[in-house]
Amino acid sequence: MGYLLFQITLFAYILATGGYIVYFWTQRKDVRTTARWILIGSGVLHTLYLIVRYIEAGHTPLTNHHEAVSFFAWSVTWGYLSFHWRYNVRNFGSFVSPLITGLMLIATFSSREIMPLPPALKSAWLPVHASIAIMANGFLALAFCGGIMYLLQERELKKKRFNGMFFTRLPSLEALDSLNSHCLAVGFPLLTLGIITGSIWAKQTWGAYWQWDPKETWSLITWFLYAALLHQRFTVGWRGRRAAIMAIIGFSAALFTLWGVTYLLGGIHSYVG
Amino acid sequence: MSAEKIMILGVNHKTAPVEIRERLAFSGDPGTPYRELKVIPGCEEFCFLSTCNRVEVIFVTSTPEETERTIRNFLFNNSMSYGEAGKYVYLHQGEAAIQHLFRVGASLDSMIVGEPQILGQLKQAYRDATEQQATGMILNRLMHKGFSVAKRIRTETEIGSSAVSISYAAVELAKKIFGNLKNKIAMLVGAGEMAELAAQHLMTQGVAEVVVANRTFERAVNLARCFNGKPVALEELIPQLEHVDIMISSTGSPDLILHSKDVKPLMRQRRNRPLFLIDIAVPRDLDPKLNDLENVYLYGIDDLNNIVDINKAERDKEAVRAERIVTEETLKFMLWLGSMEVTPTIVAIREKADEIRKAELEKTLPNLGNLSDKERMSIEKMTSAMMNKILHNPIVYLKQNDSHRDTKVKLVMIRKLFKLDNSE
Repeated sequence: MGYLLFQITLFAYILATGGYIVYFWTQRKDVRTTARWILIGSGVLHTLYLIVRYIEAGHTPLTNHHEAVSFFAWSVTWGYLSFHWRYNVRNFGSFVSPLITGLMLIATFSSREIMPLPPALKSAWLPVHASIAIMANGFLALAFCGGIMYLLQERELKKKRFNGMFFTRLPSLEALDSLNSHCLAVGFPLLTLGIITGSIWAKQTWGAYWQWDPKETWSLITWFLYAALLHQRFTVGWRGRRAAIMAIIGFSAALFTLWGVTYLLGGIHSYVG
Repeated sequence: MSAEKIMILGVNHKTAPVEIRERLAFSGDPGTPYRELKVIPGCEEFCFLSTCNRVEVIFVTSTPEETERTIRNFLFNNSMSYGEAGKYVYLHQGEAAIQHLFRVGASLDSMIVGEPQILGQLKQAYRDATEQQATGMILNRLMHKGFSVAKRIRTETEIGSSAVSISYAAVELAKKIFGNLKNKIAMLVGAGEMAELAAQHLMTQGVAEVVVANRTFERAVNLARCFNGKPVALEELIPQLEHVDIMISSTGSPDLILHSKDVKPLMRQRRNRPLFLIDIAVPRDLDPKLNDLENVYLYGIDDLNNIVDINKAERDKEAVRAERIVTEETLKFMLWLGSMEVTPTIVAIREKADEIRKAELEKTLPNLGNLSDKERMSIEKMTSAMMNKILHNPIVYLKQNDSHRDTKVKLVMIRKLFKLDNSE
C-alpha cells in the first residue's frame, strides 16, 4: 500500500516537473496552472504516503535514508507551495520542481525496508529534531534555487544579453534577493532549532550536549556559513550576488551534512541518512 | 535640376560603434562645422546634423566625388585614412539621399524607431544651417519637405506610439533589476530630450523622487520643476549617488563624469543596494568599467538598442506603412526637382497663364450674345497675344544664360512669383 502510494507520488512529481519545464519553455499560463495543481496534488499524496508509512512502521518514518530524503522532498514541496501563497516569483517552480523530483528519485533507489527502531532513537525528540532539521534543509534548498536563478539573471544583465533564455523569464534581481532573505529567515531559525533540539536529545541519550561527531560538526559549519551570511546582510548589506553564492555554498554544506558525512565520515549519527 | 547633386554622407549607430561616433561628435561650438564646411569647394548647399547616434552632412554639389572626399576627411578630422573611414560611413546620392533624409526625419532610421526627438534635432540643424546661410533653394525645399513627411507619418501611422521606447527600454531594464520602482530615486544628469523622456517614464512607473543635476544650476532648477524633483549642482553628483538608485546621464561633457573608483567606496555606504546607470551621452559620460563593480549595472545607448530590437516586431508593421509614405513623398520630390529646370518652368508658366485665359474666356463669351466664329477667333487671338506679351520678358529673363547659382535664384523667384508650386 505504502509502496504503491510512493510510486504514484513520484509519478505525479515527475508530471509536475515536466509541466513546469514545458511552461518555462513556452510561457503558457494554462500549462503553469496545470503544473501547479499537479504539484499541489503531489504534495497531498506525499503527505498521505508519510502518514501510511508512519502507520506501517509504527514510529516516526525518519530513521533511514529513504525516509529522510523523501521527507526532505516533502519539505521542499510544501516550503515552495507556502511561499507561493505569499510571493509570486516567476518561474521559480521550474527550478524547484526538478530538485524535488531528483530527491524523490534518490529516495526511490534507497532501501525502503522498515527496520526496527534502534534503542537510541526511541525518544519523543526523534520526530521533533529530525523533522525540524530536514525542514530547515527544505527552505535552504529553496534559497539555493533562488541563488542559482539570481546568478543566471545577473549574468544576463551584466553581459547584456537581452534575448537569451533567462532574461525575460526570470524575475527581477530584487525579487530573487528578497526570496533569498525570506527563505533564510525561515530556514535559519529552523536550522538553529534543529541543532538545539539535537543537542538536548544528545544530552538525554548520550549524556553530553556536544560530542563533535562529524554530523554535529558539519551542521555547525553549515550553521556558521548561514550565520555569517545573515550577519553580513544585516550589518554591511551583503546582498545580491554574494548572498546568492553564499546560499549555494551553504546548501552544499547542508547536503554534505546530510550525505557526505554519512557515507564518507561515519560517526554515531550514521543510522540516519 | 538633377537629383544626383543631392548627397548625404554620414555615420550612424548601424555603421559605426560608439567609439568611432564619439570621435566625430562636434560637441563644442556649433558654428565650427559650418565654418569648415563652407569653404569646401563645390559644396553649394549643406546642412550639418550631429546627434548621439548620427553625424550627417547633407549637401548639394556639382562635383560629387571631390566634395565628398573633402567632407569625409573633414568629418574624420584626418584621424583615419579615406579608405578606412569608408568602412564606417554611408553615402547616398540623388533619390536615395532624399529618401534617407525623409527616413531620418520620420525616425525610421533611428536606433529606436519612432523616437520623436530626431525631428527636433533635424529642425535645429536646419535652423543653424539657415543662420549660417548654408542652405539654398534645394535644401530649403528638401528640409521643409522632410519635416512635413515626418509629420504626416506621425499622424497617419502608429510609429509614434513607440515614441517613448528609449524610456521603455530603460524602464524594462530597471524592472529587471528592481522589480518594483516604487521607493526608488532616479537622477537625471545633464539634459536632452531622450534623457528627459526616460525620466518622465520612470516617473509614471512610480519612482519616489527625481533628482536633477546640471552644470548650470538654473537649468537644473527648471528641469526639476517639470519632474517635481530636487535640483542639485553637478558637483554634488557623487555624494548624491549614495541615495540614488537609477541614474540617467546625458551631459555634453567631452570627458567621463563618473569613474569606477568614485563609485566603489560608495557601494559600501549604499549597503550594496543595486545601482542602475544609463549612459546615453556621446561621448560617453560613465566609465565602462563601472559595469564590473558588484551590484552596479551600466548600460549605454547601444545596449538599449538590443532591448528595443526585441520589441520590434510590432513596430515593424507600422514602419512598413511609414516607408510607403516615404517612397511616395520621395517620388513627389523627384518630380519637383525635375521641374526645377528652365524649360519645365517655362512650360508651367505658360500652362498656368493659359488656364487663366481660358477660364476667363469661358466666363465672358456667353455674355457677349451671338458672336460669329470670326469674332470669336479674334477675341481668342487677342487674349493669347496679351498673354504672350506679358510673359515674354519674364521668359526671356529666365532663359538668359547666367551662372549656375543665378539660374537657381531666378527659378526660385519666378516659381514663387507665379506660384507654380502649390504646396507650401
